[in-house]
Amino acid sequence: MPSSDYDPASLPDLLPLYYRRLFPFSQYYRWLSYGGVQKNYFQNREFSFTLKDDIYVRYQSFSTQNELEKEMQKMNPYKIDVGAVYSHRPSQHNTVKSGTFQALEKELVFDIDMTDYDDVRSCCSAADICSKCWTLMTIAIRILDRALQDDFGFQHRLWVYSGRRGVHCWVCDEAARKLSVAARSAVTEYLSLVKGGDETIKKVVLTEPIHPFISKSLEVVKEYFSRYALHDQDLMGSKESVEKVLALVPEDARSYLQQEFEKEKKPEKRWKLIKEEALRKQSTAKKGQYFENEIMLQYCYPRLDANVSKGVNHLLKSPFSVHPKTGRISVPIDVSELDKFDPFSVPTISLICEELDRPRPGEEKEKLEDAKEKADEKDAIEKRKSRDYKRTSLAKYIKYFDQFLDGMARSWKGERLRNSDLQKEF
Amino acid sequence: MQFGGRKKKSSTIPQSELYGQHLQFYGQPPLENISLSEFETFAVERLKLLKTVENLGVSHVKLTDQYRRKLESQLKALNFPYRPDADDKKSQSGPIEYEKRRKDHISHFILRLAYCQTEDLRRWFIQQEVDLFRFHFTELVPKQQLAFLHKNNLHYDTISSEEKTALKDQLINSSFGISGIKVMEHEFYKVPFQDALDLVRLRKVYLKQGYAYIPHQDIVTIVLNDFRTRLSKALALTARSLPAVHSDERLQPLLNHLSHAYVGQDYSIQKNVGKISLDQIDSLSGKSFPLCMRQLHQSLRENHHLRHGGRMQYGLFLKGIGLSLEQALQFWKMEFIRGKVDADKFDKAYAYSIRHMFGKEGKRTDYTPYSCMKVILSNPPSQGDHHGCPFRHSDPELLKQKLQVYKVSPSGINQILELVKGMHYQLACQKYFELTHNIEDSSFSLNHPNQYFLESQKLLGGGKDIKREMDAPQRSQENSASKGSTGTQEVAANTSQHLAEMTEDLESFFQEA
Repeated sequence: MPSSDYDPASLPDLLPLYYRRLFPFSQYYRWLSYGGVQKNYFQNREFSFTLKDDIYVRYQSFSTQNELEKEMQKMNPYKIDVGAVYSHRPSQHNTVKSGTFQALEKELVFDIDMTDYDDVRSCCSAADICSKCWTLMTIAIRILDRALQDDFGFQHRLWVYSGRRGVHCWVCDEAARKLSVAARSAVTEYLSLVKGGDETIKKVVLTEPIHPFISKSLEVVKEYFSRYALHDQDLMGSKESVEKVLALVPEDARSYLQQEFEKEKKPEKRWKLIKEEALRKQSTAKKGQYFENEIMLQYCYPRLDANVSKGVNHLLKSPFSVHPKTGRISVPIDVSELDKFDPFSVPTISLICEELDRPRPGEEKEKLEDAKEKADEKDAIEKRKSRDYKRTSLAKYIKYFDQFLDGMARSWKGERLRNSDLQKEF
Repeated sequence: MQFGGRKKKSSTIPQSELYGQHLQFYGQPPLENISLSEFETFAVERLKLLKTVENLGVSHVKLTDQYRRKLESQLKALNFPYRPDADDKKSQSGPIEYEKRRKDHISHFILRLAYCQTEDLRRWFIQQEVDLFRFHFTELVPKQQLAFLHKNNLHYDTISSEEKTALKDQLINSSFGISGIKVMEHEFYKVPFQDALDLVRLRKVYLKQGYAYIPHQDIVTIVLNDFRTRLSKALALTARSLPAVHSDERLQPLLNHLSHAYVGQDYSIQKNVGKISLDQIDSLSGKSFPLCMRQLHQSLRENHHLRHGGRMQYGLFLKGIGLSLEQALQFWKMEFIRGKVDADKFDKAYAYSIRHMFGKEGKRTDYTPYSCMKVILSNPPSQGDHHGCPFRHSDPELLKQKLQVYKVSPSGINQILELVKGMHYQLACQKYFELTHNIEDSSFSLNHPNQYFLESQKLLGGGKDIKREMDAPQRSQENSASKGSTGTQEVAANTSQHLAEMTEDLESFFQEA
């Protein structure tokens, strides 16, 4: 059983173990140093910790990986957030002349939260998720990942499970990290199609010409729509649901469809009627003829929290952080296996701690070898650590993270060569 | 820039290179010596130009033929460059093209000094310079535009026909009004998406691998935004070096006067105090108040109350038309007492804020009546408010009803509603003026409710006194200019005399505007 019955009360006992033996510090440091291309990039990065009893501390910064480790092992934070790279060390921000301490760079980030879809999912609400509505996250990742790569040219995108009800994206390209507030805002606007709050009934309106971005996004939605919306969400089944959908259809089409639905009860057939009606409208009307697509988008298109993406200094939950309520680790998602990702099989902190303690064959021998390597202690600790997490379900996620970092490292190498050439270092 | 005596020294950069094009981004400040008189002349004339740009922008749709013609004639009259293909090879009388461009260059930088100091000034300056740039840039043919961009290191590259063919469908579907034919005929530029944010934000452009593919028609937007951003940054930098400039006594008076003059009149100096009596207000509100104030007055009479936003907008307006503090207190009190407020409460709660408006409380700022821009753009009214600009903030249906009640003709109402639809709120108000005063063409460009009132009074004949008051400009600057060390006294005296002439010039210019 993957979750191994996580109990939030056990966090104080589990966290120390997690931070001492499982948290992938060297990969984490490797990521946030970005190859050492820019001086003090890691040192000027802000972290924030949420400690026991909801104590929140900001402007944490560290000079070395070791310092980061020691501090985290000392504080055992319940939550870790990553912020921006500042002009000075965040921990010294009070000593800096007012006005000069500024957030300079940060990854471009996105936060997709299942609660933002409450008006269009019938299986769960609020913090709950299930395998039926998880498809929304799959669709979101497919659409956004494609756009970030093909439209914006971003190569290094890390998708992370938030631990409870959503996903985050960290776009780590240099160009992304250097984006201004205005640019982040523009990118977010470009990617937003669902607009309006509780008061708005029709949240997606399409007008000609239909931008290629919208067409491509619709293609993705269409792949999943039948199974997700018609089947899993039973969109065309219950009276209440049908009413909500028909509210998005222009009036004349609505009354026609309502009539037809008296006779036709099968969801697929009902949807077919909607498609046909939309097609008919397209050849006659000037407006409101895209309602079939508008419905699909309103029910499936990703809903972004714009505020998260716009600010350079916005803090976001760190990958490999623990979610205190569910115990799940915020693990990276392998996009190439996206359809197989199951949030309910993401390891919890209790599971991996338990896996850590399970004895393994040949372990006794390794302990003896460890003792012999006292001279090169750091290495031994690293080796043991890597053996540690490799014994747990965390292994495959850290491996994926490593591959992600390898991908980025190729670009860092080029940068470092360029910089050293400029400075004539040999 | 260095300021010598009255002598002009020649610049060290060869003429042909410096002003090779009639349009520029103003990236490099001028590096020559210039006489004080040229300094003043250039500055004042550019200010006149920008004022014209502002007025034309309010009363015409930008870039229409009429707009272009009028702006061009003003450029000609003030000896600024106006034709893209003008050069000095052809002989002509008057200043040669080179001199016009030099004037354009220098005057722009002088005005930066005057207009970098506050947000309001900067916003105004940037807006007019952007509009002026837009005019010049759109006068160029595409080839010239491309040349200009390349010369200014904006390496917007065009895409090849092969690429166009490959991307044809996407390009057609990304930009409004682009057909298959247009794609092949017109240029498309490939620009990093960070340089095309306005188009990206609205998804009005095709994006591929981080590049935006912009049709020629949209490149103007990009360039204008670039111009605007550069100017904004430059003004911020300029503001930092201001103290050094202000310490030069020769410049300070002129710069101060220039930045004050942009508004023309802000109606902050009460010129007709006591000329209006309280019992005239009701009839005046119907005859000479702009719609916003008429509406506020009516709400006040009906509800015996106005909320804060309304009190500020209307109260300051009344101050502007000449109500004294005592009159104002009496006016508001009399009305509020009729409602739910008793005399005591009024004295405690409301009197303070009225005195505040007149600068008699707190930090004693003498608040200025709101201009149209301010009314339209800031503090939109919510439920229960009656302030704001009715042409901007009222539902068109309600506006229509209101105009019907005020006996505006149906055709007049339609004209007004058309202007409102086009977001020309001040023009709509001007149309309201014309309709309620039974004239064909109001001869002014409306930008202030108090201006509306004065123009109305002028028209209705009772305004002779008022008009004379309007002509007295502020002469205080000249006095400060004459103070100074003995060494510069003569220069300063000359400056102040010159300044006085210049001042009259400017003021009378603004009267006409």
